[in-house]
Amino acid sequence: MAQHKVNYLQDGGEAIKLTTVDKIVNFGRSNSIWPMTYGLACCAIEMMASGGSRFDFDRFGTIFRASPRQSDVIVVAGTLTKKHAEFMRRLYDQMPDPKWVISMGSCANTGGMFNTYATVQGVDRVVPVDIYLPGCAPRPETLQYALMMLQRKIRREPASMAQRAKRLI
Amino acid sequence: MRAYKPKNDVQKKSYYNDRFYITPSLQRKTVYSDSVFSADYLSLKNIVDISESYIELDHMVIYINPEDNIKAIKHLRDIRAYDFMVELSAIDYVASKGGFEIFYELLSTTKRKRIRVKTFVKEGQAIESVNPLFRMADWSEREMYDMYGIVSNNHPFMKRILMPDDWQGHPLLKTYPLQGDEAASWYEVDKIFGKEARDIVGPELRDAACVDRYDTDRFARLGHEVPKGTPISEGNEPDTPIRYQEEGGVQLFGVKLVTPFDEIEKEQLKQRK
Amino acid sequence: MQVSNKLKPFFENITFEREDNTMVVNFGPQHPSAHGQLRLMLELQGEEVVKSHPDVGYLHRGIEKMGENMIYNEFLPTTDRMDYIASTSNNYGYALAVEKLIGVEAPRRAEVIRTMLLEINRIISHLFWLATHALDVGAMSIFLYAFREREFAMDLMEDYCGARLTHSAVRIGGVPLDLPDNWIADLENFMAVLESQIPIYEGLLTKNRIWRMRLENVGIIPVEMAKSWAVTGIALRGSGVKWDLRREMPYGLYPELDFDIPISDRCDSYGRYKCYMAEMYESMKILRQLIPMYRESDTQLMAHAPQYISCTKEEMMTQNYSLMQHFVLVTQGMRPPVGEVYVATESPKGELGFMIVSDGSPYPYKLKCRAPSFWHTGILQDLLPGHQLADVVTIIGNLNIVFGEIDR
Repeated sequence: MAQHKVNYLQDGGEAIKLTTVDKIVNFGRSNSIWPMTYGLACCAIEMMASGGSRFDFDRFGTIFRASPRQSDVIVVAGTLTKKHAEFMRRLYDQMPDPKWVISMGSCANTGGMFNTYATVQGVDRVVPVDIYLPGCAPRPETLQYALMMLQRKIRREPASMAQRAKRLI
Repeated sequence: MRAYKPKNDVQKKSYYNDRFYITPSLQRKTVYSDSVFSADYLSLKNIVDISESYIELDHMVIYINPEDNIKAIKHLRDIRAYDFMVELSAIDYVASKGGFEIFYELLSTTKRKRIRVKTFVKEGQAIESVNPLFRMADWSEREMYDMYGIVSNNHPFMKRILMPDDWQGHPLLKTYPLQGDEAASWYEVDKIFGKEARDIVGPELRDAACVDRYDTDRFARLGHEVPKGTPISEGNEPDTPIRYQEEGGVQLFGVKLVTPFDEIEKEQLKQRK
Repeated sequence: MQVSNKLKPFFENITFEREDNTMVVNFGPQHPSAHGQLRLMLELQGEEVVKSHPDVGYLHRGIEKMGENMIYNEFLPTTDRMDYIASTSNNYGYALAVEKLIGVEAPRRAEVIRTMLLEINRIISHLFWLATHALDVGAMSIFLYAFREREFAMDLMEDYCGARLTHSAVRIGGVPLDLPDNWIADLENFMAVLESQIPIYEGLLTKNRIWRMRLENVGIIPVEMAKSWAVTGIALRGSGVKWDLRREMPYGLYPELDFDIPISDRCDSYGRYKCYMAEMYESMKILRQLIPMYRESDTQLMAHAPQYISCTKEEMMTQNYSLMQHFVLVTQGMRPPVGEVYVATESPKGELGFMIVSDGSPYPYKLKCRAPSFWHTGILQDLLPGHQLADVVTIIGNLNIVFGEIDR
């Protein structure tokens, strides 16, 4: 994790007042989140299993898109290494706004059990993360719960907030 | 004065070593105790100098000179039927012996035997590549270079393989700390945002055990999450139960757009399907 | 809006050579075919690959260096994350290597349970291979069917050790837990379901014209190339070499079990596909032989070697010296003899070996993990030229590579 000097939740995290348009737009956005397949390591297998038929991911309206230009959420599943960090940031930059990041698993949250020279200690050193999801590997139901929390977060924000730049770097 | 920690081996060491305990070694048998191995040994002795050889745990281990590695392995592959080179790597003995021990692990599928050919190179010395004999050395020697800094001569592509190309340092050396040196810890920040962002992102947090209950910058108390900046020193934060949807569901003008979670008919399975 | 970092567009790094019409394409470290982080730089002449250069290391987490800084027992869960699809096979390989180093043999029931878990992991891994390979080639429904069967097997693993994916179900010296009560009945159920489903997958794929056209004569690995690149496992058996460590250099319970080794003389992807399907049947055969062996075995689960291995919980809670010894073993770690050991087992991917150099201290002096997928990715350098671009995806999927192992 990173010691950020930037406060993301400048408005305190509570929505001030949502207008009807906001609500409709947020409803649409939250119920059709398209994640990008960003499976890096073991958590990717659990992400795929959550897309399988037992823990169906499609019922939330998600379709796994392979291209960053067509996705809303990037689910960072697995260990981010320093060799890969540059490419991850590049892909994050290629996603159009509004975009969110779910950091799945211990390795993505804080570097996990790999307290070594080659692992980025937390994906939030590189991209701003919205939801942290603990586990090693987290169960598919946990990933779905995280998605539901993200849906709630999206519905809480005013629709124009997502277009504002979220952090300085 | 702080205790002196020797810098030639910074890996974790046991904090207590019994002064009088001598660790037993694995049993080493002579080469002549096994007929297949002794035949291999005798035929190899005519080709190269063998400084030491023994059988340890079903492996015959042979020590040769670094200049003879291609001759020895070629002889073993063509004449003695060791058709697989299963592994190629080095062991760091820089602190104790001043060099590396490179080992080649060979397997014979017809005789069902394994041989380890070892050779000692000094620090800074290069070794001839065995790529013409076994193509797997292409990648294994790159890995050896990446991790230990041992260059292989006449190698088709002597570049780093596991670490990024501009990495400083060779990670598996005993002098390299597990958590990486200064250049390693800022690598991704420098690469992506530049050196100026080092202050904004902050140093890496390597202490896994450091948990501060009042540090809501990085941690939230499970089950009692509050927005950032709320004063929590009294310790009476409200309970935040697990909730899948907002209370009352997603509503618009009183119309429920999404079925509220509580109103869905739930069925408790008696037995797993 | 998003310009505040130093990453420049990549175009200046790629050269489009117009004279001889080759184009350099970068299969970046992230791509939809679910194999993880392979960066493959291909030089294409039209649709045909002229040169290929695989670039790995995007998942290098320093597992070998971690091994030099952790005690032997502590390192076991880390081995899980190497081949994360069939985790118990890595754990077993490592535990076997350490047991050989310290000269301890696991008791009978522990061996039976370990072999059962190994074969279930083999089935899980082959089903995963089938799912992702079919997904890459285009048969997407096989992905969903195979994952459904995998869920049954992962339920079995979860009932045993609590984790679906990264098991660490095996300890140095044996297994920590006995099988739960209904486990064998669930296992037999699972095998019945699998036996009825595998013919469905075979029916969908084996004689399918599209599948055959995509897989036949694609990725031909001649035997000399396979031996030179240290290719083991099904990629070697698909080239006609009947080499399986479980049969040729057996370990554990395999000398007593009766099973066949499917091989194929075709050397191409289709032959390897047939081998994978046949191996799932062989694994089920082995599991059926293990069930009566379990019932007849004695209940001891961990080896008795107080110098290296802790005792059972009951003994620890009642005997003082057992508790003290356990404390020392957990805080300081066991001290094996000085020496080197290399033990290879047959994981679903190939020959998985662990080389441990010990200098008598609780921390290994060197721990090298010989991962089969490392060279299976290296062989792409020599194998891909001459194939079309669509075959590249087939070959990568067919060789069953997993990046946790390659990069360690």
